[in-house]
Amino acid sequence: MQPLSAGSGLEAGVCKSKEAEIKRINKELANIRSKFKGDKALDGYSKKKYVCKLLFIFLLGHDIDFGHMEAVNLLSSNRYTEKQIGYLFISVLVNSNSELIRLINNAIKNDLASRNPTFMGLALHCIASVGSREMAEAFAGEIPKVLVAGDTMDSVKQSAALCLLRLYRTSPDLVPMGDWTSRVVHLLNDQHLGVVTAATSLITTLAQKNPEEFKTSVSLAVSRLSRIVTSASTDLQDYTYYFVPAPWLSVKLLRLLQCYPPPDPAVRGRLTECLETILNKAQEPPKSKKVQHSNAKNAVLFEAISLIIHHDSEPNLLVRACNQLGQFLQHRETNLRYLALESMCTLASSEFSHEAVKTHIETVINALKTERDVSVRQRAVDLLYAMCDRSNAPQIVAEMLSYLETADYSIREEIVLKVAILAEKYAVDYTWYVDTILNLIRIAGDYVSEEVWYRVIQIVINRDDVQGYAAKTVFEALQAPACHENLVKVGGYILGEFGNLIAGDPRSSPLIQFNLLHSKFHLCSVPTRALLLSTYIKFVNLFPEVKPTIQDVLRSDSQLRNADVELQQRAVEYLRLSTVASTDILATVLEEMPPFPERESSILAKLKKKKGPSTVTDLEDTKRERSVDVNGGPEPAPASTSAMSTPSPSADLLGLGAAPPAPAGPPPSSGGGGLLVDVFSDSASVVAPLAPGSEDNFARFVCKNNGVLFENQLLQIGLKSEFRQNLGRMFIFYGNKTSTQFLNFTPTLICSDELQPNILGFITKPVDPTVEGGAQVQQVVNIECVSDFTEAPVLNIQFRYGGTFQNVSVQLPITLNKFFQPTEMASQDFFQRWKQLSNPQQEVQNIFKAKHPMDTEVTKAKIIGFGSALLEEVDPNPANFVGAGIIHTKTTQIGCLLRLEPNLQAQMYRLTLRTSKEAVSQRLCELLSAQF
Amino acid sequence: MEHIRFILIQNRAGKTRLAKWYMQFDDDEKQKLIEEVHAVVTVRDAKHTNFVEVISVADSLSVLQFRNFKIIYRRYAGLYFCICVDVNDNNLAYLEAIHNFVEVLNEYFHNVCELDLVFNFYKVYTVVDEMFLAGEIRETSQTKVLKQLLMLQSLE
Repeated sequence: MQPLSAGSGLEAGVCKSKEAEIKRINKELANIRSKFKGDKALDGYSKKKYVCKLLFIFLLGHDIDFGHMEAVNLLSSNRYTEKQIGYLFISVLVNSNSELIRLINNAIKNDLASRNPTFMGLALHCIASVGSREMAEAFAGEIPKVLVAGDTMDSVKQSAALCLLRLYRTSPDLVPMGDWTSRVVHLLNDQHLGVVTAATSLITTLAQKNPEEFKTSVSLAVSRLSRIVTSASTDLQDYTYYFVPAPWLSVKLLRLLQCYPPPDPAVRGRLTECLETILNKAQEPPKSKKVQHSNAKNAVLFEAISLIIHHDSEPNLLVRACNQLGQFLQHRETNLRYLALESMCTLASSEFSHEAVKTHIETVINALKTERDVSVRQRAVDLLYAMCDRSNAPQIVAEMLSYLETADYSIREEIVLKVAILAEKYAVDYTWYVDTILNLIRIAGDYVSEEVWYRVIQIVINRDDVQGYAAKTVFEALQAPACHENLVKVGGYILGEFGNLIAGDPRSSPLIQFNLLHSKFHLCSVPTRALLLSTYIKFVNLFPEVKPTIQDVLRSDSQLRNADVELQQRAVEYLRLSTVASTDILATVLEEMPPFPERESSILAKLKKKKGPSTVTDLEDTKRERSVDVNGGPEPAPASTSAMSTPSPSADLLGLGAAPPAPAGPPPSSGGGGLLVDVFSDSASVVAPLAPGSEDNFARFVCKNNGVLFENQLLQIGLKSEFRQNLGRMFIFYGNKTSTQFLNFTPTLICSDELQPNILGFITKPVDPTVEGGAQVQQVVNIECVSDFTEAPVLNIQFRYGGTFQNVSVQLPITLNKFFQPTEMASQDFFQRWKQLSNPQQEVQNIFKAKHPMDTEVTKAKIIGFGSALLEEVDPNPANFVGAGIIHTKTTQIGCLLRLEPNLQAQMYRLTLRTSKEAVSQRLCELLSAQF
Repeated sequence: MEHIRFILIQNRAGKTRLAKWYMQFDDDEKQKLIEEVHAVVTVRDAKHTNFVEVISVADSLSVLQFRNFKIIYRRYAGLYFCICVDVNDNNLAYLEAIHNFVEVLNEYFHNVCELDLVFNFYKVYTVVDEMFLAGEIRETSQTKVLKQLLMLQSLE
């Protein structure tokens, strides 16, 4: 079908030039204005005609500043055409003019109450189009009634459902949940498929926000879906589109099901049947050759696959989905190839289908080479990245590199990042890694960001097995007559550190190395030259024989009198250092860089930023997990380091930064300059001992959950936590008290080996490595108590403040009593249980001196805060306190009874704990004793 | 929350023949979007997908923070029918929704042409509202939509 062909090419508006059009329109506007202002009242027909003309003029692209009132008047007409034009004008030219809104709302109200389905429809469509807050206020209560009333016409129900959806989107607070919600869910059973279609959209949106309230929609949606997919292609008559039964409704139902986890077994069996039927149909010969048939069928298929991936629980379905997508990879329709690549990307991250996805590697590589649409090639790159693991990394990286040579500029940087990440993550052999990165620089040097070349240096420095190879390779790469400046940077840095490893070969003697680097010097930008000057001074230390040559260079006017302050300063200082300092001092100051502490890769962070957090994170996380087990150990996660991630492009060998270097003699001992810190920064990776005073703070949290855990001049750490049964969640707030940024801010949760099997704590999301001055950032730790434990996890925080490295460790107040659930019981029960726990190992007693004033109310509050129930009138002696509760761990529950007997005269307490487990009694007694 | 952000019908010269917005934009943003959609769809040919990748235009379509949206379009003679949806939405379902809509227009206007859309714009809006409402697909049955449209026409 080729509709619309007749009018193409004809210009509407009918005027030859812009000026003529404007002239004509101004004339018409003047005419309409005079009609509206005229003495003679216009009849409805004329009013409609002129309002319609105004609308037409507006739609041609001209401003309209009158006619609103006339449009509002039309709303109260009894003629459909007049009302329709009035509503259309309002919908297109909404004006938040409050007086008009009141009039409009009034007209809508009348129409909603009119019981005329046509007028109700117009009013509902107007609300759905405008959707303003004023309208929500006026109608959010009314529309649910219209929706579920027994006598509402089907078409009005459809409009009401979607109208309500619009109001819920714009003003969720004004749409109250109520009795109507359960009746809305039952619309999924409605006979009219149009009503079901509209209702499914509404339910899906509501269910996303209130999953509990709409839980019953799952089984109804499954049975509705089941009826559709098993129906014959003609059963649904009006709703069959090119032999596909109700494709849009099927898609919507499948999306609704994606708001929920896999349903209970009974419903689940039926759903699995549906999904299998959909997959089977994809294999049947098509009922029509029309693209509409295949599109509609595949729309349902892709949505079914999304649901299968969402559930990620049926290996059989996942693999079948993968095979189906594999067929699409070679389909003649570009759309299908694109969608298959996209969908496979998510399948690659499921453990069940990862291997199945990998079998399509050749097809995907071929797509990279042959697809004409850049967006399809982009998807192929994404998929290759997602399917990459140790087994196929060399092939995938090689293909990406070769694609990079011809890749569109728009996606080059992303490919560079991906190659860099894969090369590092799956490197068995680090010579391969070095080669890959140098190739990256050669092929796409302009797109290699700082993060990438910082990273290669970092890895070379941390791995001594690759240093010699790296030196040799960069030396060879630098021979090329034209090499990218990034290569000069990497080469300069690496030769400055490890040039000595290849200096034995007469072809790369110190002097040759120096001359090679210096031949590039004048072509480079200032930051690179600064870096090269640092390389030269490192050479002075490594190769005393070239010292005079280098001193000559430093002494030349082009250095000493360079117009750039940074270069001039370096030349002056390095020259002086090389002249004044003794060999020993030189050797210390210019020592080889210490290994960098390992952190999360800044490259990965950059990729996430490029792709948007939501799209990449999940995939990355699963990749990372996988890479760990593939590599069989804690492979150094791609990391950025303090010195390396300094944003300044002049990241230099010594990390001098702006701090004054020591020109000669022993370095200053203050530690204020960057020099000392960077050169001796191997301390950076060591966890600091616990901060002084943190023990006291820790004890304060035993009986409470919120407060300030740690505070010094720079940093404040606040806590808010909640515990339920054996689970807990802790919100940690880091406040930067200074006006300066914290950089590389990295909190880590450390559970000792002893603690680890008993308590699981994990940080849900890394915080941004930069904390602005005065800012507060939040982090969430999820905790699970597996079995009873004694120690507490340690929170270690490392960051850079000014030039100095900060390292703080505090114990996180996660204590056994947090998993207490109070138990109320009567005196009789209490003493009966007390007697049952009379085994000597079950009781722990402590007699201790009061550290705080002995106040009854405070004591009560502490026992309740501790987590047990405070049992009144249980102990015959009213001065004593008794409590009871259950400690919940994942593996077991432990009943606990406690008794606290104060002795006011002696200012002493006796605390007795009885539980079924000695270690628990012991620990609880310790914790509670410290509170009084 | 996935839903249609706007529906646009443009001709090859970039003239808008219908614009229906399902979220708040100010006039400048609308104008910018109209121009940018035109710029990205008109350069594509039959070998391309019917989905506009947003990465290539991420910076220019800043109003929508375009990374989270995509444009699904179909060309009929000189007209581009475009639907902007969330990035997670079902591409083929919206692609066929466009076609379903065009078939209804074709039936309703008896071989619809561009001028029908221009001069009967108020009817086109009615067709749109019958089939799409609040950014959602409202009715998919051509028979039902046409029946309703004929009923409304009889009231004129």
